[in-house]
Amino acid sequence: MPAYRPPHISPSEITPKDIYLSRRSFIGAAAAAGFGLAAGGEAWAAPLSAAPGPYKLNEKLTPKEAVTTYNNFYEFGVNKEDPSQNSGAFKPTPWSVKVEGMVGKPKEFGLDEILKMKLEDRTYRMRCVEGWSMVIPWIGFPLSAILDQVEPLGSAKYVAFETVVRPEEMPGQGGLFQPLPWPYIEGLRMDEARHPLTILAVGLYGETLPNQNGAPIRLVVPWKYGFKSIKSIVKIKLVEEQPQTTWKNSNAREYGFYSNVNPAVDHPRWSQATEQRIGEGGFFGTKRVDTLPFNGYANDVASLYSGMDLKANY
Amino acid sequence: MASISAAIPALPRKYHAASIWALYVIGLCPAAWYFYQAATGGLGFNPVKEFEHLLGIWALRLIIATLAITPLRDLFGINWVRYRRALGLLAFYYVLMHFSVYLLLDLQLNFAAVGGDIARRPYITIGFAALLCLIPLAVTSNNWSIRKMGQGWIRLHKVVYLIAIGGAIHYVLAVKSVTSGPFAHIALIGILVAYRLFRRPLLNWKRGRRQPAQLAR
Repeated sequence: MPAYRPPHISPSEITPKDIYLSRRSFIGAAAAAGFGLAAGGEAWAAPLSAAPGPYKLNEKLTPKEAVTTYNNFYEFGVNKEDPSQNSGAFKPTPWSVKVEGMVGKPKEFGLDEILKMKLEDRTYRMRCVEGWSMVIPWIGFPLSAILDQVEPLGSAKYVAFETVVRPEEMPGQGGLFQPLPWPYIEGLRMDEARHPLTILAVGLYGETLPNQNGAPIRLVVPWKYGFKSIKSIVKIKLVEEQPQTTWKNSNAREYGFYSNVNPAVDHPRWSQATEQRIGEGGFFGTKRVDTLPFNGYANDVASLYSGMDLKANY
Repeated sequence: MASISAAIPALPRKYHAASIWALYVIGLCPAAWYFYQAATGGLGFNPVKEFEHLLGIWALRLIIATLAITPLRDLFGINWVRYRRALGLLAFYYVLMHFSVYLLLDLQLNFAAVGGDIARRPYITIGFAALLCLIPLAVTSNNWSIRKMGQGWIRLHKVVYLIAIGGAIHYVLAVKSVTSGPFAHIALIGILVAYRLFRRPLLNWKRGRRQPAQLAR
């Protein structure tokens, strides 16, 4: 594992706190005026401190505004701007995550307890299956830290995750045309779940997670396509069989259980060879970069799949 | 039925030509507005994709409008046939802009990637085929061609039904899940194309109903 070196971010790239705080109060005021609502989600945004973590990344961070306004979170709508615009009524507190299944000590973790875990800065690349990517400074802790506490049984081979269902707070979960069945479910093999790169994130850019990014707690698996990194988790279950996953259920030919980032295996409808970096280049100079095997984390994770046919196990 | 057409005031004939030119100008406004938005940061953090998608959606809307002219006349007695050529040509311009944005701004003239997409990705193959099919229709959208081609012109322009179906399939295959937006566009295209199958019997039936009244006179 490489030794940690602080990321090289020039101060000019970081939005000064007072500027984004004033934007926040403006948005909050606009929301309150427009819909007669208190901006519940915004009130939750609180500074989070974290220790430097492993896995340094010498890449330009995606601007915070892009990370928090260009989202796929179908529970709030299918357009990229929907999650940031439609998540004001979502209440990430109080919150708890049930960890159960094939474990010696099933446990319900309250949010206070989760926030007291040893939090680390983890700046990761994020590659969406749609062909775009970001570089995001997450705050979180290894998923294994929670798994250790519940004492997994030897028979537990997989970990299944579940997102909250609250149609009254998540407009995308109501209405006539549902893009997906709810709850959103995901899963990992036990060795993937225990890998030190796999984290539960509770913040980004030095603050608690905004609602549109999966508040208050989400998975981040940086070598897999973004849809594997399930948001707003309420249940984690250790199981023996490979769990069902939402996108695979929706279209098994196009989305597999593994969904490791792989430029050599195209999505049936589009190429995965390159990706567009969101927030860079603008309208007249889109920035496209080559997609890397395992999203650039091959040195860390390729051994998990040695001997496996990655074309068959997409 | 006739009451609906009566409820819409008829446009004096002297304004017909001007109203068609106005339609061209109004029809190009969405493209101009979205271009301005995209160039000034108003279309979010992936302006190229957003602009590309909006142009494609407006192309479908204009094709829907083109296909709606005939049923409007048949069923509601509203005769807007004079606007059909402008709507069809606008649809062609939007498809052309949609493809140009994909070629210039999205893939940045990477012709290998464009060729690969067209050859291997069914939704792009279908979309590109629809664009090619639109070219002869656009080229013959003038009075001279209509006079010159006679019945052949009518046969040629029936290709628009295939183009509309191709456009709908292109849209369905391009989205990750069919939500209300895509569904509405696809359903309208389906209804308007299916209407052509029932049009003859329907018109015969309507004529048949009118006949006895005339006989009784």
